[in-house]
Amino acid sequence: MKRNLIFLLSASAVAAAVLVGSPPPYLMHILVQILLWATIYSAWTLLGRFGIMSLGHGGFVGIGAYGVVLLWNLLGVSPWIGVLASVVAAMLVAFVVGYPCFRLRVVGHNFALVTLALAVVVQLAIVAAREITGGSLGLTPRTESLHPLLALQFGDDKNIAFVFALVLWLIGLWVWTWLDGSMTRLSLAASSEQEDAAAAIGINVAREKLKVLLMSAALASVGGSLLGQYLMFVNPDTFSGAPVSLQILYASVAGGMYTALGPMVGSALTLALTEYLRVFFGTKLIGAANTIYGLMLIIFVIFMPQGIWGTISGALGRRRARGFQPAVRSASTPHPALTGPSDESKRDF
Amino acid sequence: MDVFLLEAMVNGILLGGVFALLAVGLNLIFGVIDVVWIAYTELVMAAMYCVYWLHVIVHLPILVACLLAVAFATLLGTLVHFLIIAPILDAPPINQLLATGGLLFFLQNVATLIFSTDFRSVGVRMPSVDLAGMHIGTARALAFAVALVAVACLYLFLKRSFWGLAIRGIAQDRHIMGLMGIDQRVAYGITSAIGGLLAGLAACLLVLQYDVQPFIGNSFGPIVFMICVFGGLGNLVGGFLSSFIVSEIIAISGYYISTDISYVFAFVAFIVVMFIKPRGVFSK
Repeated sequence: MKRNLIFLLSASAVAAAVLVGSPPPYLMHILVQILLWATIYSAWTLLGRFGIMSLGHGGFVGIGAYGVVLLWNLLGVSPWIGVLASVVAAMLVAFVVGYPCFRLRVVGHNFALVTLALAVVVQLAIVAAREITGGSLGLTPRTESLHPLLALQFGDDKNIAFVFALVLWLIGLWVWTWLDGSMTRLSLAASSEQEDAAAAIGINVAREKLKVLLMSAALASVGGSLLGQYLMFVNPDTFSGAPVSLQILYASVAGGMYTALGPMVGSALTLALTEYLRVFFGTKLIGAANTIYGLMLIIFVIFMPQGIWGTISGALGRRRARGFQPAVRSASTPHPALTGPSDESKRDF
Repeated sequence: MDVFLLEAMVNGILLGGVFALLAVGLNLIFGVIDVVWIAYTELVMAAMYCVYWLHVIVHLPILVACLLAVAFATLLGTLVHFLIIAPILDAPPINQLLATGGLLFFLQNVATLIFSTDFRSVGVRMPSVDLAGMHIGTARALAFAVALVAVACLYLFLKRSFWGLAIRGIAQDRHIMGLMGIDQRVAYGITSAIGGLLAGLAACLLVLQYDVQPFIGNSFGPIVFMICVFGGLGNLVGGFLSSFIVSEIIAISGYYISTDISYVFAFVAFIVVMFIKPRGVFSK
């Protein structure tokens, strides 16, 4: 608890310093985006750290971003309420897909692909409903005439956006640490090693997974809502679909899934890197920046499987990254010759 | 029956042929190497550009360009395996997914760098024929025929040749095959080469129908993955058959409702099927 307090104080101190020092708008713009994406990545790691790979988070972000703007533009529902409504919608979708998945034990690659389908459905639905969503062209929220904050819009004031993003990120961190210290984490760590054994000692595996999925979807949705409100523009490519899901996966894993600050490191590094490469290469060599980005991803995965932050904190040996560490598959699963061919290892042609 | 519905259904089956090629390639790699190549459709994109470059810029005849592109894709598949997959064979699945995802970014952006994001056409237009009142594109029909022949050849290779037997053996029990004197690395290499070859073949067939652009893989990548899981990941016959089921779902819902929403239907059908049969429709 004390550590959390110290962290909170130092975070507010840094935030105050940033606000007082008033860095150039471009830097603030990057900072706000880093914080908002870090929240979304944190949301993903809630589940991802247990080896439950959701590729559906692009969908939840899309529901959050579009939900708010559509409710505001079409029905005039205040975005303050819209955020909550989108959270409910995201959780509902997460439940509809997650509950059967976890009950029927759709795990591993299959879970990743079912959730990928979810993200694609959200994206295609946004594109298909182009009468109200603007299709691939995207959508701009109506501006509020009285005061932008009444419509949860930040106008040109990057400082307010920064405070909002920071608070949301801290809430995400709080959820992360709360989960880290809860029984749920132990249950899920156990079930990610041996699901049957975990169920046998009385863990309701499906319920625990669903609980975390719902939290994760809600947080990702709020992140998406605020990101849309901050950028004042939503489009299906940056807010939904498979590429966004993959981006979430990369950055989370690049930063490190098993530490609270890992997603932040992932978000800061990936955004800083893309911005740097973008500025460095300018518009001359379109694609050069992302080529290097992709190459670095491959190299990272091969040489730094614990993520950047995980590798650093592991190397410093200060504190072992808490939480479940994935065992190398061959070490944790018994040799198939000992157990006989399971239906998973046996494939027919 | 309505002739337009019939036309939609026939086109659906023809579309399924190319899907089948990709689904079989991906399933083979998954079944044997136990790795999901997220960047599989990016190999197709790369090979499509290869055909474009050889035919339009180097002015080779289209057939030669296609053959070279297939060779290129085969080489690319082999390289992907030995450079990226081999070092992380024992890593958790999430890392394998990430590495091939990084490859996806890499290939898409190398293509952007070289060819920009413009849509490129090879400029070969194949006529469509009228058959009992239906318009059937010959490019599609050709794609369907070639895909069937290729899958049949692959079937014969797996059933009749020594390495085909070894690959089937590894798919059933990867650990024991080493004791039988099969070098896993060779078997994996052959499998990846076949995967690349099928991707290259699909590219040649697709480039006759669609313009190529760096992100074309995004438009049919997810559907190919769905098809694989629909029929059971790693199950070759399942993947082959479900290609046609999924393309029929797309064609028929596209006919009755709208083409925009037809892919949504296919994905929703996929999610529902996963709940009823988590190991694919053709699982026992």
